Amino acid sequence: METPSAFIRIENVQKHFAEVEALKNVSINISQGELFGFIGPDGAGKTALFRILTSLILPDSGSASIGPLDVVKDYKKIRKSIGYMPGRFSLYADLTVEENLQFYARIFKTSVEENYKLIKDIYGQIEPFKKRRAGDLSGGMKQKLALSCALIHNPKVLVLDEPTTGVDAVSRMEFWELLKKMQQMGITILVSTPYMDEATLCDRIALMDHGNILSVETPVNIAKSFKGNLLSVKTNQMYGLLSDLEQFPHAEQVFRFGEFIHITFQSENTPEIIENLTSYLNSKGHKEILISSVEPVIEDCFLALMDQPEKA
Amino acid sequence: MRKLLYILQKEFTQVFRDKAMLPIIFIIPIVQLLVLSYTATFEIKQVRLVVVDHDRTPESRDLVAKFSGSSFYKITNQVVEYAAAAELLKKGKADQFIIIEPKFASHLVTDRKANVQLITDAINGSAASLMSAYATAIIGEYNREIVVAITPLAGQSLPIRVEPSYWYNPELNYITYMVPGILVLLVTIIGLFLGSMNLVKEKEIGTIEQINVTPIKKYQFIAGKLIPFWVIANIDLAIGLLLAYFVFKIPVIGSVWLLFGVASIYLVAILSIGLVISTLTNTMQQAMFISWFFLVVFILMSGLFTPIESMPHWAQIIDYANPVAYFIKINRMIMLKGSGWPDIQNEVVILAGYAALLFTFSIWRYRKTV
Repeated sequence: METPSAFIRIENVQKHFAEVEALKNVSINISQGELFGFIGPDGAGKTALFRILTSLILPDSGSASIGPLDVVKDYKKIRKSIGYMPGRFSLYADLTVEENLQFYARIFKTSVEENYKLIKDIYGQIEPFKKRRAGDLSGGMKQKLALSCALIHNPKVLVLDEPTTGVDAVSRMEFWELLKKMQQMGITILVSTPYMDEATLCDRIALMDHGNILSVETPVNIAKSFKGNLLSVKTNQMYGLLSDLEQFPHAEQVFRFGEFIHITFQSENTPEIIENLTSYLNSKGHKEILISSVEPVIEDCFLALMDQPEKA
Repeated sequence: MRKLLYILQKEFTQVFRDKAMLPIIFIIPIVQLLVLSYTATFEIKQVRLVVVDHDRTPESRDLVAKFSGSSFYKITNQVVEYAAAAELLKKGKADQFIIIEPKFASHLVTDRKANVQLITDAINGSAASLMSAYATAIIGEYNREIVVAITPLAGQSLPIRVEPSYWYNPELNYITYMVPGILVLLVTIIGLFLGSMNLVKEKEIGTIEQINVTPIKKYQFIAGKLIPFWVIANIDLAIGLLLAYFVFKIPVIGSVWLLFGVASIYLVAILSIGLVISTLTNTMQQAMFISWFFLVVFILMSGLFTPIESMPHWAQIIDYANPVAYFIKINRMIMLKGSGWPDIQNEVVILAGYAALLFTFSIWRYRKTV
């Protein structure tokens, strides 16, 4: 794991809240200039990890550093060199767009004019509404303002906690394009998201669940690392299909995938498996059986990885 | 230091932008002062009296005339039976009734002794004793006149004559007594409620999350939260003093600067309590409820409405820890008596001690929790 190019080092970080273990021995190294994604469902520990990195909470054990700065000891310098966008909109709803941006610029001892070039692409889109109160903006515009405020002090690292949750599909794509531009400016970006489709836009991703890192890889490698073949199944009786499929002799893993159920198997002879499965389901009384072979996407890897500890 | 100025600028912008805040800060205190000063009084202006006169002689009518001539009394009914009068009292249509015995006049002349019965609705104990005292005073006056009329020399033989003189509030005006206390109430509400609510608001809405990742230091953040309400409460006090002067004709006899100096110390104590409350709570609703609890206890025990001296001993001891009681006492002394520094220094020193203690504690709590 130890690579000389590691810019952000997270080593054996543990954190618990009351009874819940939010982070169980998490270690990750992230290089400078990377666009790094944390993927996982609610409660995976993404926010806890981000709050440790941004010096908002202290880890129970383990250490984390950004460049030469330790998040605990050098928290003052850490705060100057990161831009954080919390999951919940945390700007002042009763101040205007302009006032919010100005306030955050000033408390970082800079000005909007000085760092305008950094935020031009983003802020430019909401500047026509600069006299509007932040609370009156649409979801997508709020995110752009929040990103502008997180960037205004020229941070080396951007930490974005679920920036696209609750934002419409078009704004989400725009937002990711903006992140790519930020990356080109040399900023290291840590972003968490519950949306698997956004994972492919990152350089590397960490799959997280229940405080564990399941895997850290590039999106392509994660998809490649998927073992076996995948079938997507749908019938007229979705209720009961899951348990029927689990009893299918060749089935390795079975999990829901949207309106379909995905099933993995090791055999190379896919047509034969499909044939066997069709007759098996017929014998179980299923009708309108739809079976197709699909390429694994990150969500499949994620669900398969999540499934493993339970089976073991 | 510049950072603090930016924070203050932001806080004031938010306070003055909030459409609900302006009336809360400036109109409500004025209304409270104007309304409460008139209403928070124990004087009873119009006692509704029922007369049951079984005698119906010039003498008995004289006695009744004494009541109807008093500005404190309004005779609502004349009935002939005790039962009818009792019914009126029961229905709440009268406050008091007086029964004059049959042959009242002849008893007066022949026996030099006659009876009247006075019955008072005593649900409100303090009002009842006041009404009873009024009636006794009126009957007493009638008594003296009767004695003088029957035995003319008796009047001169009374050995001790009392000549009352009321200082600092010569007309015994309740408003004069209430206004300084209500001014304290206003300042306290602003300091305690708005201070604690404003801080909790950042927690509840989540804006504190963004603030905490900036290089803003905790003392800057706290100062930025408390200074605006410290200023606003002092402005409210100034408005209140102007109203007292122009509306109620109550000037500040002592030093205005001393008054504001004490108010500033007092507000540090109150704002610190608000700060502690804000560290104990997560929502504005919780902060509101706890602030309200403290406010009611502080106010009811402060001597604003009832004298501290008449409270039970244990309550008086608790009151040593009640900042509101100190400030009300000091405010009355400065405003009405013109007391100077030597007269109030003990209270001010204690208040300053509390302010220092509470402020230190609140900062310590705040550092630990947020």
